[in-house]
Amino acid sequence: MAAGSPSPPRWESSPILKVEHLTMRFGGLVAVGDLSFSAGRGDITALIGPNGAGKTTVFNCVTGFYKPTEGRIIMLHGSGLGPDAVRKLTGSGHHWTAEGADAVFLLERMPDHEIAWRAKIARTFQNIRLFGGMTVLENLLVAQHNELMIASSYTVGGILMLPSYHRARDAAVERAVYWLERIDLADRADDPAADLPYGAQRRLEITRAMCTNPQLLCLDEPAAGLNARESAELNELLRFIRDEHGVSVLLIEHDMGVVMEISDHIVVLDYGVKISDGAAAHVRNDPKVIAAYLGVEDEEVGEVEKRLETLEGAE
Amino acid sequence: MADEAVGSVASTKALGEQRDVEAWRAAAAGEPPVHAVPKQGGGILMESLKDAALVALITTALGFFFLGLRTELGVGALEMTARWRFLIIAVAIVFAGRLLLNLLIFRSPHPISLGIGRLAPSIQTLDTLGRIAGPVLLLFALALPFLVLEFTPARGRQFIDLAILILTYIMLGWGLNIVVGLAGLLDLGYVAFYAVGAYSFALLAQYTGFGFWVCLPLAGMLAAFWGIILGFPVLRLRGDYLAIVTLAFGEMVRIILINWQEFTGGPNGISGIPKPSLFGLEFTRDEGGVAAFFGLEYASVHRFIWLYYIILALALLTNFVTHRLRRLPIGRAWEALREDEIACRSLGINTRNTKLTAFAIGAMFGGFAGSFFATRQGFISPESFTFIESAIILAIVVLGGLGSQIGVVCAAIVMIGGIEVLRNLDFLKDIFGPTFEPTHYRMLIFGLAMVVIMVWKPRGLISSRVPSIALREKKRIGADLVAQGEGR
Repeated sequence: MAAGSPSPPRWESSPILKVEHLTMRFGGLVAVGDLSFSAGRGDITALIGPNGAGKTTVFNCVTGFYKPTEGRIIMLHGSGLGPDAVRKLTGSGHHWTAEGADAVFLLERMPDHEIAWRAKIARTFQNIRLFGGMTVLENLLVAQHNELMIASSYTVGGILMLPSYHRARDAAVERAVYWLERIDLADRADDPAADLPYGAQRRLEITRAMCTNPQLLCLDEPAAGLNARESAELNELLRFIRDEHGVSVLLIEHDMGVVMEISDHIVVLDYGVKISDGAAAHVRNDPKVIAAYLGVEDEEVGEVEKRLETLEGAE
Repeated sequence: MADEAVGSVASTKALGEQRDVEAWRAAAAGEPPVHAVPKQGGGILMESLKDAALVALITTALGFFFLGLRTELGVGALEMTARWRFLIIAVAIVFAGRLLLNLLIFRSPHPISLGIGRLAPSIQTLDTLGRIAGPVLLLFALALPFLVLEFTPARGRQFIDLAILILTYIMLGWGLNIVVGLAGLLDLGYVAFYAVGAYSFALLAQYTGFGFWVCLPLAGMLAAFWGIILGFPVLRLRGDYLAIVTLAFGEMVRIILINWQEFTGGPNGISGIPKPSLFGLEFTRDEGGVAAFFGLEYASVHRFIWLYYIILALALLTNFVTHRLRRLPIGRAWEALREDEIACRSLGINTRNTKLTAFAIGAMFGGFAGSFFATRQGFISPESFTFIESAIILAIVVLGGLGSQIGVVCAAIVMIGGIEVLRNLDFLKDIFGPTFEPTHYRMLIFGLAMVVIMVWKPRGLISSRVPSIALREKKRIGADLVAQGEGR
């Protein structure tokens, strides 16, 4: 794909997430078939494709909400531990292995809450899933549950009101306020989340995910239902998350304006199969992508197929 | 109690008030807000009469065999007697009731039910009311035995006994509130933990000779243990399925208690359960007793006062722990779980463990209450732990308002106290004749109260939620925004 360029792209030289031969079947339906791709560390990677292409299924596999039928999903912390460590881990029965800050996680083996807590992958949902009856601040504190549980020595220290718990709680509130200021919701911290306008709910869900202190942030259609101004704000927020916090982003999006503008790397799915993979400029001009998105006239099918064959032959 | 009492600054803005939002939603639902043209009075009356007549006709048809005819075992054969007067009275009641409903609500241009809806106090008034009511009720509860003895010495024992009963249900309600109100897990078998607590104490006392104060924590721990045992297999179930399995668990515990005759005494129960002592002093007439120690004249009511303060302390402990836990990460996780379980998992919360802690802590308080029940009665049998107990406790929690501590208090006083008031309505016998027994209508009144509350305040008496933490000011959250758990 990137043949001829002097250095390999980041998703190959320094990946944070590697999806290998992922297959997900629901009964007879193959939602995702033998999909492999990587997401680069510090990149914004977009997963796009027509409706029903299997994007959300991939997300659910990565975040542990589905157990894939086949395949391996590797999350790498730090520099990773090299291919040997991955091979050794796969052979062992363990879920993950760590040496200092470097760690390897086999996500297909881990339950969803462990993926969020250990592998540090946070996600948002296509239909917003905030805790509507809880305040904005409470939403952001629930996201820091595990750290606070440890600080409260699993509730015992909290009941006894130990100062260490109070310090941890104040730090958690501080982090929440930092993010609320970032998304202009600081003055609504004590309002119920369900009372916020739609765009603010989207932003709040993203910052709630950020409060789990992730290394990879998975966003399922973050721009859905946003107007142009809100989309622009979202782009800015995502860039801020990537540049200031060094968090890699994997996102599903239909809004091509958002995708083309902020993505460092785009993976295109159609019918559960990868049809294109590369930088924005590459994907935009890929005839397969154009065919998948715009479709082709019946009489042109033969011609397009021939063109595709010659293209594949040339590759 | 303290739940409502400890708030910071009063809310200036009433957030998410149910009625406003509902009106807004109705307006936004796509139907233009057309005001029905009020029909002429004669038309409404005629229609109402017609409708009432139709309903009366249906009642006649339905009641012809069920009410009008009665078969009794006579000499050698069944004898059939006709009770037309009875049937006519029933039809007349239905006719009149339907007519009134038609005229006042169904067909009226100004239904009075709307007025009733407006009677519901706003979130703000509830806020201030709750903050005052908490400490006042607490002081009242502390002083109650002395007030009772001062003003009605003759019936003092009876009233203190009633207060003990009500407090037991308040404690059970608060315990169940952790499971149903906070964590949103519908538990129809809470009485099982009550039974485990009661039997743990009774059996420990019988087989080992331990006293109440040793057995109380043990009974609580055993109940919590059974909560975890039950929780492990069933907590992957949701909503209705969880309710059914917990219901079955409650029945299983009762049936095991009945059938394991050698160990539990079966249907005969266990008697001679020890009474609680006051730091080793027994409430007896002899020299080592409490009365002699304090130089008081012996009175049997002392023991009741002591029991009253024990259950008050236990109930306050339940409330205190719940209150404290709500502000800790575990309590916030319970509420988040009630709101959205999938989101919880995406944030790294181990939902199984979180649910188990809610189940275990709720069960533990049920166990405490059970062991208190055993020591108060001195005798327990499986009869005391039927499904209706679970239903009453759940009704107290639901009527009071899920998650509201003071609502549970109100509901328990109304429901348990109300049944007791029924027993004492002797004047009704003057009206309906000497055979009239008001307590027979207990369930009917119970059901009516339920319907009225559900129409008037569908989310319970006190349904708004106080946030567990606030940056600047705590604003109550309207019930319509708060999820009730289990994927709804």
